[in-house]
Amino acid sequence: MTRGYVLRRILQLVPTAAAILLVGFLLIHLAPGDPVLALAGENGDAEYYALVREKFGLDEPLPSQLATYAGNILTGDLGTSYVLGRPVRDVIAERLPATLLLTSSALGISTILGIAGGVFTATRHRRGAATAVTVTTLAMYAAPAFLVGQLAILLLALRLGLFPVQGMSDARSSATGTAQVFDVAHHLVLPTLALAAQEIAAVSRLSHVALVEEMGRDHIRTARAKGLPERTVVLRHGLRRAMLPVVTVLGGRVGHLVAGAVVIEVVFGWPGLGRLLVTSMQSRDTPVVLGVFLLVAATVVVANLLTDLVYAWLDPRVRFR
Amino acid sequence: MSASADLGPGRPGPEGTRRRSPLWRRVLRSPRGGFGVVVTTLLVVLGALAPLLAPTDPFAIEGPPLSAPSRANPFGTDALGRDLLSGVIFGARTSLLVAVTVALIVVVIGAAVGLLAGYVGGWVDDVLMRVTELFQVLPRFFLALVVIAFFGPGIDRLVLVLGITSWPLLARVLRAETLSLREREFVEAAEVIGSSQRRIMLREILPNALPPGIALLGLVVAQVILIEASLGFLGLGDPDVTSWGALASEAQRFLRVAWWLSLFPGLAILLAVLGLNLLGDAVTDALSGRR
Repeated sequence: MTRGYVLRRILQLVPTAAAILLVGFLLIHLAPGDPVLALAGENGDAEYYALVREKFGLDEPLPSQLATYAGNILTGDLGTSYVLGRPVRDVIAERLPATLLLTSSALGISTILGIAGGVFTATRHRRGAATAVTVTTLAMYAAPAFLVGQLAILLLALRLGLFPVQGMSDARSSATGTAQVFDVAHHLVLPTLALAAQEIAAVSRLSHVALVEEMGRDHIRTARAKGLPERTVVLRHGLRRAMLPVVTVLGGRVGHLVAGAVVIEVVFGWPGLGRLLVTSMQSRDTPVVLGVFLLVAATVVVANLLTDLVYAWLDPRVRFR
Repeated sequence: MSASADLGPGRPGPEGTRRRSPLWRRVLRSPRGGFGVVVTTLLVVLGALAPLLAPTDPFAIEGPPLSAPSRANPFGTDALGRDLLSGVIFGARTSLLVAVTVALIVVVIGAAVGLLAGYVGGWVDDVLMRVTELFQVLPRFFLALVVIAFFGPGIDRLVLVLGITSWPLLARVLRAETLSLREREFVEAAEVIGSSQRRIMLREILPNALPPGIALLGLVVAQVILIEASLGFLGLGDPDVTSWGALASEAQRFLRVAWWLSLFPGLAILLAVLGLNLLGDAVTDALSGRR
């Protein structure tokens, strides 16, 4: 990959990051009431507000306030949660692993199952099974995450008792080591599947379309004419190029998954950022809400950058646009 | 929608109407398109006529609390004894209101950005496309959360946030359409006779560039309905109106005892989103088949 392309793409991050900071800053100042309430939450006392006022230079002109604000955030200072009595950065860092575990397993599962679904429907059209899979993916694509989660709890957890209903681990067990890993994995299954459902459908639809198009090309006919088994033709020759559109949407899917995780964490009582966000909304703890927003926005931007770099690596034509 | 499909055969008259009607007939002929039209029409009718169609006021206490679906309450009742069927019907009204207003904002911004970028070109195009990319990356759901955190819950601000952040897809499609239309003879003819840029954009290009964008609107609006439902589920919707998301949020507390509270509002969302997706797909297919 040319170094110039990588450098150019990374430099494009600067205006994006600036714009995201600006959005946060503008919202703080557009919000009704004193900006100090947005920056410190609505639970502080007068002394604390005076402190925050001074820290963010709220008596100074707007441009210098913007500089102070951007400076604080870029040095990793996301403010303090008065409700929790701790820096927002620490609160977020504490909840981040649970959300990362949930979203990354959903990303992995949805990629694997989605591609498998797309290959299945693309290579087996005209059969009842393919139609059933197509209808299921259409419904999965349209179903709200909380419905999938609630139905999974009703059927698989409450009715059949296969999985735990809530939480990330069994509170009563004091398991350690492997047993603890299994316990968390057991709790992880339903939230992951519920979160992945819509993405499985999206990826499956995308890879279906790409694969159908790819299978009509000349190199596929050549591969078939060579007498290769159909399996090899599809998996080795068809799927390779059909993967490109799946890669291009990876960045956007990260955004979807993180948003979906908020809902799924509430449904399953998963102790991650989503639950933190919702409780912070309830207690009007705006510094935490803003901190999570900035983190998610940064993550999505970086995910999009990585996606573009992977795509350029897979398809050299992109680099020379 | 189905009304325009019936216009064709009755009136053999001018070319225009005869060329238009096959599009809708093609949409209706595919099973997916037919399903999409039926469900979308149902959503519009339910939403528009909710006070006439709902058996009771969605906030009125009508029966015993948490009673299972029965003849009196086909969808059951909630913890306060309110009729869930009425709640679901009035929820359609909220979803419809959000969908239509967001769609209007999206069309206005998307069309303006797409037309200007595609027709004017040059640095205007560069700047507008950068801005479009930026809005595409902004996490809509979280931005809406921040706005609600700062401004309090309410449909007006929700519609504004979702509208202001949902136009990039439409702008891209309109830009691409404009780029290809710009080279066509009828646009060149308008340029030669000295029409103003504004007139060319609005009279010549916009009517031809808009249909593929409108077809995409179904998909955009479907996502907006899902986001609105998710916010309602988190208890961040407008507290003064019934919404599908808010109904499902109540279900979360009574999941062990009242499955119907979860199932019916959830299914309503699923159907509405599925219908809009299929309608959007079918119209896009029919339009691209035309060319």
